Amino acid sequence: MTAQTKKPLFPTTPKPFVHPYFGGMVLGIVLFLALLLTGNGLGSSGATSRFVTAVTDVFAPEHVDRTPYLLKLAGGDKNPLDDWIVPVYIGALFGGFASGLFNGRLKFETTKGPNISNRTRWLMSFLGGVIFLYGARMARGCTSGQALTGGTTLSAGSWVVRFAIFGGAYGLAYFLRKLWN
Amino acid sequence: MNFPLPEFVAVSASNPWTYVVFALIGFAFGYTLEMSGFGDSRKLAAQFYFTEMTVLKVMFTAIVTAMVLLFGAVGMGILNFNQVWVNPTYLSSGILGGLIMGVGFIIGGFCPTTSLASASTGKIDGMLFMLGGFVGALLFGETESLFDNWYNNAGYFGRVTLDQVFNLPIGVVVLLVVLMALFMFWGSEQLERIFGKKDLSKEPKLRLAGAGALFAAAVAVVLIGSPTIEEKYNALTFTRTETIEQLNADPIVNTYIYTADEMLENRLVFITPAEAFKARYNQAMNPVYLDVRAEADYNLYHIEDAINVPQNRLAEVLPVLLTEPPANTVFIVMSNDETAAIEAWKFLSASAVPNVYILEGGVNNWIVFFGKDDKTLAVQPKPEAGDDELGYIFPVALGSQYESCSPNPVEYENLEFTAKIKLQLKRDKSGGGCG
Repeated sequence: MTAQTKKPLFPTTPKPFVHPYFGGMVLGIVLFLALLLTGNGLGSSGATSRFVTAVTDVFAPEHVDRTPYLLKLAGGDKNPLDDWIVPVYIGALFGGFASGLFNGRLKFETTKGPNISNRTRWLMSFLGGVIFLYGARMARGCTSGQALTGGTTLSAGSWVVRFAIFGGAYGLAYFLRKLWN
Repeated sequence: MNFPLPEFVAVSASNPWTYVVFALIGFAFGYTLEMSGFGDSRKLAAQFYFTEMTVLKVMFTAIVTAMVLLFGAVGMGILNFNQVWVNPTYLSSGILGGLIMGVGFIIGGFCPTTSLASASTGKIDGMLFMLGGFVGALLFGETESLFDNWYNNAGYFGRVTLDQVFNLPIGVVVLLVVLMALFMFWGSEQLERIFGKKDLSKEPKLRLAGAGALFAAAVAVVLIGSPTIEEKYNALTFTRTETIEQLNADPIVNTYIYTADEMLENRLVFITPAEAFKARYNQAMNPVYLDVRAEADYNLYHIEDAINVPQNRLAEVLPVLLTEPPANTVFIVMSNDETAAIEAWKFLSASAVPNVYILEGGVNNWIVFFGKDDKTLAVQPKPEAGDDELGYIFPVALGSQYESCSPNPVEYENLEFTAKIKLQLKRDKSGGGCG
């Protein structure tokens, strides 16, 4: 009897998302604390590079030592994973999971526009990931490292990068409207 | 307390807490992104069709909140802005990379960190975006050598902030960004009403109070202003250790904390010509000789490789000194004697340039030390030379053509001196930001 009326430990129906301004404020405080304590902001795309380079370094260390970009990350006995961004990346995975858990949003599903198949969506998200990270490494940071962190520290280059990101996305949005609407 | 905390500027195996701190930051980051709805690609993509402006609202609220707090803390002297990572400006690769990211954003529906929030809550598209990301990062690493020069040099401006671009006090820029954000929030809500058919009357009234609080905080940042160079100078501390060897026991290590004035009084930042010269052949450091005299004196005689930055132009080169050099760079400032060099040391140290030292006795002392055996140097002492003036009469301006400007390392192999340089290795700046 008591077992049935007892509330489940974690919600089973998704709770609504927080208000954007509230979410933004909390994110801003997190970002401020990161800058205050460590002098570094937030980021993730740097870690993606570092994971890939770490794997490359295991299988082809000579190749790493010959490639200028990889050399900077993992040349010689340098460990590409020895960087603050790696624990931030792993922490973000756990943080996202925890929020999903506490708010009943853990579910295997595909988020997509109403007029495309799951397969199209999967292909597109994979492709988008390839393109996005290529651009992120070229711009030396993604929406987190450049637009968010650099925007906060008023870096001139980061403001340019942010406008370029939105420019690229808005420029193409009309032609890809079938994907999302 | 001085922020950022030196223990936490980088991860280090010797201090496992650094991993914990960064992991907690990441955890909070992922948590906030997920709770704002960024695990759902539809919410992100809606931004680009004006039906839901959540991305812009969350992002700009985060930026203005963090910015007001950041520059408030900087203004109050709690946080040293020179030790905060500021993404260096690379215009060309930034613009092209940004446009490519935009394409990836609208095709894939995520950005890298939101894909983590999505993947970790079971969204298959988020996982595939993450996977694609690894391929993209791999491709970039493999193809970067094709445009390495362009990537590293095109449109490079170093550490530039918007207040420098617009030549405004930083507080005013903060206020302008806040006003712009508030205008964009208003505009976003109008767009959501038109394109997203949203009923604005259901929006919480509290957001208006939040906007007011934000505006007030930005005005406060303007009023607080930035700490002056003197305030930063007075807050400086230097750590020196002294090791006393013990017979049959572990050596005793004493740690002393000095203020900047005490460093000068105890002459701990003055290095002899011998040490300044030997630094060039020391593998552990990368000396940069900064000659702060007037150009006329520099042209008469200067140490080889010395860079002439007259006193009044030091502020111009500051951004380069803060970002450019590798961490083991040691700046050796010199004037004819010491007066101008001490001023330069105070300015550079207060501006958080690490490892700045003064050439003891200046160029005059260098000439006394290395010039006595220099046959090429036929100069007369100038008896009436005042304080910090060149103590010799040079008939011609030969710059660094004299032998004593670049003493022979073989001839001067054995020089005795008490080493004063203590390398303070800051974090590697190239490791900051998104790496």
